[in-house]
Amino acid sequence: MVSGRAGGALARGIAVCYLSLIVLVPLAALIWSSRANGMHTFWAEVTKPEASAALKLTLGAALLVATFNAITGTAIAWVLVRDSFPGKAAVNAVIDLPFALPTIVAGLVLLELYGPNGPFGVNVAFQRTGLVLALLFVTLPFVVRAVQPVLLELDRDMEEAAESLGAGRMATFRRIVFPNLLPAILSGVALAFARAVGEFGAVVLISGNVPFKTEVSSVYIAGQIESDNPAGAAAVSVVLLLISLGVLLLIGAFRHWRTRHDR
Amino acid sequence: MIARYALRLGALGYLALLLLVPVGLVFYRTFEHGFHPAWAAVTNPQAQHALWMTLIIAGIAVPLNTLFGVVLAIALVRHRFPGRGLVNAIVDLPLALSPVVVGLALYLLYGTGGWLNTLSQHGIKILFSLTGMTLATIFISLPFVVREVVPVLREVGTDQEQAAETLGAAAFTTFRRITLPAIRWAVGYGVVLTTARAIGEFGAVSVVSGRIEGKTETLPLYVQSQFEGFNTTGAFAASVLLALIALITVLGMRLFRPTEEA
Repeated sequence: MVSGRAGGALARGIAVCYLSLIVLVPLAALIWSSRANGMHTFWAEVTKPEASAALKLTLGAALLVATFNAITGTAIAWVLVRDSFPGKAAVNAVIDLPFALPTIVAGLVLLELYGPNGPFGVNVAFQRTGLVLALLFVTLPFVVRAVQPVLLELDRDMEEAAESLGAGRMATFRRIVFPNLLPAILSGVALAFARAVGEFGAVVLISGNVPFKTEVSSVYIAGQIESDNPAGAAAVSVVLLLISLGVLLLIGAFRHWRTRHDR
Repeated sequence: MIARYALRLGALGYLALLLLVPVGLVFYRTFEHGFHPAWAAVTNPQAQHALWMTLIIAGIAVPLNTLFGVVLAIALVRHRFPGRGLVNAIVDLPLALSPVVVGLALYLLYGTGGWLNTLSQHGIKILFSLTGMTLATIFISLPFVVREVVPVLREVGTDQEQAAETLGAAAFTTFRRITLPAIRWAVGYGVVLTTARAIGEFGAVSVVSGRIEGKTETLPLYVQSQFEGFNTTGAFAASVLLALIALITVLGMRLFRPTEEA
């Protein structure tokens, strides 16, 4: 790699500069602003009743949605890999729709369908149920897309061995398939959780943003910017940033766990 | 057998209620009074301007993130350097971070009292302008090309690249003739994802744009402003436009990822 060395240094330099300019400097400015008036102000902003209520709701809703996704996502991945039915390819493609559809459109659509003018007569707008529904929509692909490739590559020999030794379907799933899928499920769940914590576009219309009831942290932050309290917005943002970093660390650990199992 | 049908029915029913029915309804609501009101709603000057803004921003953000994404992926896979783990983590951050937080970070950096506020004093306007909205979009859509290219680069290994170099090929020739053909599908897939994200971005752009109607409004922001202004036809018509782009994206994703089917 003699001739590649100069090119390598160049690639590295460009990469680091680009990342710094686009990502690191703005985040450093955010952290700096949140502490500009001292740790005391930071803490006071985070523990304001409205801010902490929003944080609690955000974490609770994200946890609920992530857990729900663990079950439905695994079930959908299972149906897509192990079952066969006409139109499976189309269903498989549709899974990516929440990734591709702009979040504000998702929010508008859900509000129209499950809001006051909905055709089903179900009205969950401006309620926590509506919030959870919007989060379920945007986080749908994460677990499915994490589990699907692992399930595809899973050797069926072990399952057949278990079944021939007299294990029931449930026992085979629980003892053979599930442990193999677990790292993938957890990575998907972690990504879904991070997405649910930060989601803004999909929830801003349907949740109605009622403080102490349906206002999540991202909406709270946007509100604080509009009412010209950047210190409050920055403090809550730093908390969300720390949560994101924590989730990424967890995902790294799951990835490590999975590759260790492969060996 | 019953369990299998129950699982299939449950999974498909859940998908239908959560995905298909809602998206189908947008199309129905948009065209329920015929084609013309919907057409008028997306061809008025404000909607046209929003569409242009969206396309311009995506037109800047996607090529930049593609170019730098490939460079970043090569640096991450082919070179060992101190802080590589950190760079890896930073690349993933936009995937896990709230768009509003991203918007606020830029707002604080370029706004009053921010470190780079001097730029605006010298006449370079970042906040509440196309520049700031583009920066926010680049931030949000940064990881996709990198994340798609990294595993492919790792998989193809360095044998062919080393052979080319031994035979006297310059670094750039090796890249163009060996590396690029190997990663082109991954780059294509990454570009599709980046484009979808850039076009649909709402939270980050909303914060830095100041939402000046007819000026710093992208199509997703237009959807919100029309909906809040009780012009539901306009909101739905713009949504249909965005949903169509999303459907094309999903098809593009299938095209570039043909190996997944069992």
